[in-house]
Amino acid sequence: MAEEVVLMKGNEAIAHAAIRIGVDGYFGYPITPQSEVLETLAEQKPWETTGMVVLQAESELAAINMVYGGAGSGKMVMTSSSSPGVSLKQEGISYIAGAELPCLIVNVMRGGPGLGTIQPSQADYFQTTKGGGHGDYHLIALAPASVQEMADFVELGFQLAFKYRNPAIILADGVIGQMMEKVVLPTPRPRRTDEEVIAQCPWAATGCKGRKPNVITSLELDPAIMEQRNIHLQQKYAEIEANEVRYEEINCDDAEYLIVAFGSCARIAQKAMEHAREEGIKVGLFRPITLWPFPTKALRERASNIKGILTVELNSGQMVEDVRLAVECRIPVEHFGRLGGIVPDPDEVIEAIKTKLIK
Amino acid sequence: MKQEIIIAGFGGQGVLSMGKILAYSGLMEGKEVTWMPAYGPEQRGGTANVTVIVSDERISSPILSKYDVAIILNQPSLAKFENKVKPRGILIYDGYGIINPPTRKDIHIFRIDAMDEANERKMAKTFNMIVLGGLLKICPVVSIESVVKALKKTLPERHHHLIPMNEEAIKIGMDIIKPIE
Repeated sequence: MAEEVVLMKGNEAIAHAAIRIGVDGYFGYPITPQSEVLETLAEQKPWETTGMVVLQAESELAAINMVYGGAGSGKMVMTSSSSPGVSLKQEGISYIAGAELPCLIVNVMRGGPGLGTIQPSQADYFQTTKGGGHGDYHLIALAPASVQEMADFVELGFQLAFKYRNPAIILADGVIGQMMEKVVLPTPRPRRTDEEVIAQCPWAATGCKGRKPNVITSLELDPAIMEQRNIHLQQKYAEIEANEVRYEEINCDDAEYLIVAFGSCARIAQKAMEHAREEGIKVGLFRPITLWPFPTKALRERASNIKGILTVELNSGQMVEDVRLAVECRIPVEHFGRLGGIVPDPDEVIEAIKTKLIK
Repeated sequence: MKQEIIIAGFGGQGVLSMGKILAYSGLMEGKEVTWMPAYGPEQRGGTANVTVIVSDERISSPILSKYDVAIILNQPSLAKFENKVKPRGILIYDGYGIINPPTRKDIHIFRIDAMDEANERKMAKTFNMIVLGGLLKICPVVSIESVVKALKKTLPERHHHLIPMNEEAIKIGMDIIKPIE
């Protein structure tokens, strides 16, 4: 059977993909620009078909703690929100990471700080990749640049989350959430049976018939044990860093200058790159797909033949720090960004290449 | 071939849905498409615009600096987008409420009095399809057959009886659009 191609918003693709890959539960609270995730789920009524639970919680705090509970029982559970709502969830996210549970979080970023604006932003890069909540933990952070990737990363996010027993996050922004593009959705499959969940998740609280109870907690009052737990987490993060780095390179082989951008900015930068090349400026595009683990090694290798790097971000300069660390400041790394919900057009990016890099 | 189109007007004029039908029609022809709205409270009456790209190849940026075609449905949108049409590009505007018409000499300008026509014929709800007809006459981005297919695909079955009326609106638009010297 030929794959069905449909046209939909990034937010809608998240919802459809979640139903199709057999997600057990979604817990959320509406906020622009991601409300279509919950709206689409409500419209599709998956509780009548796959048995998936869809619940509008009374708050973001409730939603993330419902995710904590569902994840503790080995279920595939997720939540989505936008920046201010994700800030509210940070305590729960830290607990879930500390208890080593798999789940998927979606952040369709809007401009901040505070309530800010409903327009697109990438200013939650630090929050996502450097912590957000308290303690030494990491989220596996995926940055989609198309509606297709919004759909694909739901499945990828859950795969990685269960493989490493760690929360994964899709870090999108208002552009990717609101725009419509062609998308091929994953092939529908049923949710796992209770027996399959028990077999796959021996650590989960699934009712301890015939075995010792599993305890799901992030609390450990004995610092000696807590240190061991942290060391174990760090070993796990090192393994993720070694195995799960993802990125895309376009026109990098002959490039003299490099743009590094993720998500919607990578799309805008790609157009700028095309125009710059028409003018004879050899620009390449390096797009981190995993923001954590960051493609440090690949970028360092790529930078060896490059005269300078420009990061393009919808923030005042966040990922640029990771880029500078990656290239160990051997070449100039400049930043171009628009703030507070303004999205630059490709011409502004070309101008930034000329004024900040070539000079 | 690639067409980069901006459609801009007031919220409630059907700007976003016209873009959606155009994008869906492109999809029916197997083309690459993006539909990027200026989203927000516009649906409740502010200015609304949507960028639609229909292309044979993979589309990079859904956000653009310049457009091949601008479809302008009110004065504030004309002020905002007239200068963003590429040289030798196309600007189509509805004359209703336009006090200061476009002045550029390096682009092709067309006028379509779709608002008046829709009101006279008591077809106010097909206003945006009249405009779409005008666009397809000047710049056949997609075929009318594909538009009809797209309508069938996107409208719930209970509204399918309205498709002939929309087809008629497209044909009216094709008839009434005229070039401005």
